[in-house]
Amino acid sequence: MTTTTERAFGASVARKEDARFITGQGRFTDNLTQPGMVHMAVVRSPLAHARIKGIDTSAATEMPGVVGVFTGQEMADAGFGGIPCAWVVPDSDTVTPPHPPIAIDTVRYVGDAVAMVVADTDANARDAAYAVDVDYDVLPVVVDVRKAMDPDAPQLHEEAPNNQCFHWVVDGGDVEAAFASADVVVKETITNQRLIPNAMEARVALARWDDAMGELTLWVTSQNPHIVRFLLSLDTPVPEHKIRVIAPDVGGGFGSKLAHYPEDTMVIFASQQVGRPVKWAETRSENYLATTHGRDHIAEVEMAATKEGKILGLRAKTWASMGAYLSTASTGIATILHGLILSGSYDIGAIHEDVYGTFTNTTPTDAYRGAGRPEAIFMVERMVDLVARELDMDPVEVRRRNLIEPFDDGHEVATGLVYDSGNYVGALDKALDMFGYEDARKAQAKAREEGRLVGIGVVTYTEICGLGPSEVAGAVGFGGGLWDSAIVRFHPTGKVTLLVGVSPHGQGEETTFAQIISDQLGVSVEDVDVVYGDTAKTPMGWGTYGSRTTAVGSGAIMGAVSQIKDKGVKIAAHMLEAAEEDIEFSDGVFSVKGSRADGKTIQDIALAANTAWDLPEGVDPGLEASSFFNPGNFVYPFGTHIAQMEVDPETGEIDFQRYVAVDDCGPVINPMIVEGQVQGGVAQGAAQALWEGAVYDDDGNLVTGSMMSYAIPKAEFLPNFELGKTETPTNVNPLGVKGVGETGTIASTPTVYNAVMDALAPLGVQQVDMPLTPERVWTAIQEAQKGGQ
Amino acid sequence: MNVSMTVNNTSYERDVEPRTLLVDFLRDDLGLTGTNIGCDTSQCGACTVHIDGAAVKSCTVLAAQADGASITTIEGLSINGELHPMQRAFTEKHGLQCGFCTPGMIMTAVKLVESYPEPTEEQIRHGLEGNLCRCTGYQNIVQAVDEGARLTEAHSPFESTPAEHQITLREAERRAWERSRT
Repeated sequence: MTTTTERAFGASVARKEDARFITGQGRFTDNLTQPGMVHMAVVRSPLAHARIKGIDTSAATEMPGVVGVFTGQEMADAGFGGIPCAWVVPDSDTVTPPHPPIAIDTVRYVGDAVAMVVADTDANARDAAYAVDVDYDVLPVVVDVRKAMDPDAPQLHEEAPNNQCFHWVVDGGDVEAAFASADVVVKETITNQRLIPNAMEARVALARWDDAMGELTLWVTSQNPHIVRFLLSLDTPVPEHKIRVIAPDVGGGFGSKLAHYPEDTMVIFASQQVGRPVKWAETRSENYLATTHGRDHIAEVEMAATKEGKILGLRAKTWASMGAYLSTASTGIATILHGLILSGSYDIGAIHEDVYGTFTNTTPTDAYRGAGRPEAIFMVERMVDLVARELDMDPVEVRRRNLIEPFDDGHEVATGLVYDSGNYVGALDKALDMFGYEDARKAQAKAREEGRLVGIGVVTYTEICGLGPSEVAGAVGFGGGLWDSAIVRFHPTGKVTLLVGVSPHGQGEETTFAQIISDQLGVSVEDVDVVYGDTAKTPMGWGTYGSRTTAVGSGAIMGAVSQIKDKGVKIAAHMLEAAEEDIEFSDGVFSVKGSRADGKTIQDIALAANTAWDLPEGVDPGLEASSFFNPGNFVYPFGTHIAQMEVDPETGEIDFQRYVAVDDCGPVINPMIVEGQVQGGVAQGAAQALWEGAVYDDDGNLVTGSMMSYAIPKAEFLPNFELGKTETPTNVNPLGVKGVGETGTIASTPTVYNAVMDALAPLGVQQVDMPLTPERVWTAIQEAQKGGQ
Repeated sequence: MNVSMTVNNTSYERDVEPRTLLVDFLRDDLGLTGTNIGCDTSQCGACTVHIDGAAVKSCTVLAAQADGASITTIEGLSINGELHPMQRAFTEKHGLQCGFCTPGMIMTAVKLVESYPEPTEEQIRHGLEGNLCRCTGYQNIVQAVDEGARLTEAHSPFESTPAEHQITLREAERRAWERSRT
């Protein structure tokens, strides 16, 4: 805990938010009730592609407790429109087919809504949902992201010939020349398999329509309530100023609660129809079908290099599944958030990628922790390892020869991005030291002599986050801004309420933002209340995703802090009968230089400002400041991760032995919280490499449709991670901070994968599709041994 | 049907549908929403409570099966406002982020350290196999359980029937089954 002598900034302050969670007082949406509340259940398609011939709701209407059964046509008739996609990538031919909240004539994935039932209890609503009789004409199905573009593939949307959603290109430098002059070219087909986010809290939406006032309140499990309100003003008949969206405590998101979902509008429609508050609580089985998935990305990648290991160029042709419809941000993920970061941490002179977005009969995809960047960094980091293997060089040495030199004021890469600051070699050296890399390689050589398959994987990543400059958001087709906001409000007693437009849901900003205020204004962390997640309380802001909360949100806080300090100086000068330029402020005290003991505390100033009995001329009452911050650039965290894995040649099982992560997210506000973010991120990324993967059968059934068949890591699966950091500030925001929410996930998938492939290298294996299940690894070993005989 | 049970030292009697799960009974009938529902296949463990001294996923038990039982939920873990040592350990070691799995995690951990008062890391990780967390990567949860074990004295004042701690889950299930027959 902090003391008066310790700065709050940089201290591992225990979290303010914990008290309610450890005592069972969390305010999760499903814990909320409203007087007269009824429950909605959704009738979902059991078929991946079919025409709806008829919907018979008569039996369901007669079921106990049912107060209404509604179809998509009825929603459309009441003025409810299609769910909008908020990101239409320019310089592409993006097609945005209609996405009715409830399918009207065609269903396009298993889980597509076809009707809703409203009843007095959740159980009665679900019972009645089974009694809705839907008559389907089955249509052919395509689930594979590449096969979707075959000429004879079944067509999902008439607006999108060949199921093509878009073709987008990133191009920088002379790629043809780079490949023509290369000594070596390595090629690989890299699959970033479809993943299911699995936030521990499934989605919930509770709508209360107040007919007399024409006002709507929606409590919803969202990462960005202001965006939800903005989009609801487009697809419901309710105008934006009559909508209040509240995201109470949200039980994890990882990108899956970024989207504005059909169920948001369905509960609103239902509440208007039945005249009562309506709640929908997703079951976990529904969550697997109806909440967005991530990744599902295949790339044919080539890397060109000299025989000294200098990388000359990267070229890729990539297919990314959008699923059956476009979700809120889906098109931006496989394009802007992916292709632009393909240079990674390296000076690569030439980069070209063609990305094809396709529609398939699967659950829509959207952001999942990292969102586009894990796919890109996996491609780069895997190809660098293949170059090392081709040249018989240590993968660390190849990286050293290509890492961008340390810089603190911008570095442009071939894709056009200008990275903010970096010291990639510094992070690499620290990680190698922590890992004991040279000794580990010697031990590995010895193990190999004994016939053991021990592997070491290294990744030196850079990512792009802290989304971002609003001008760039507009230029890349994002349908909103990416600035953020803060209000610092001093109460008469000197206590502070900080209202922010971002919307954390587990990341801990209730504490770290209070630490910023404490550090800057000299009030204790306990005296600062951080308010977020309610559009009626907080200023407009763009929410929490893309590791933007601290990188952008803190900029707004600092703007408000600066105004508070300026006003404090004016009032203190008046109270102390001194000139403003003679007033200094430190540790919460305004004083004439050299006579701190006679100074006025910020609490004194807050009381004087709020009572306004004797303010200087021209100074308004109150001590409150509002600020908006539009960053001038993204931020670019980086680091080096190293893993050691051992494969059992008899069974293909993988022993996860060591993991070292050195991350640089700039100055750290709360080391405990940052380490927690890295640990969780590494676990999720490692899980992609080793365990997780969504599987559809050819008919479009989700085979991995529950926690019984989809392998979320358990405590036993993972080792303790060894964490280190370097601190390279950014000049993009006043505190120099970068984001850290996604670094672990972005870095760990290729780190773990490279380690396993390194273990299998003596057998000649260089590619196994993720997840690296024992069965797949064992099969690869068998085939390699057959080939070797 | 009519069920009665003691929850957090308070006696309750309610009329419920026979199909009512214990977790829904706790949340919807008693308003004890600290016990969360994270899945519908009994994998996630978010709904773990103590039934007659054993940690049990309350989605695997019908309210009717718990008739006559003594139940502790996360709301009943602290006594007179004083946190259970395991609750303190979770916040001190940053063993939670979004907080959704936390009540179930803590209820499991309390029983885990009763079985293993000085648990090894392996025992902790194995003991948590029925509880999923998506935020933390488990590292700080493992540390929290270790710390919680250290903070929990041999005879914790927080549950007054030490002998009950020793019963196995199977025994708790057997008792529930017996109760459901009478």
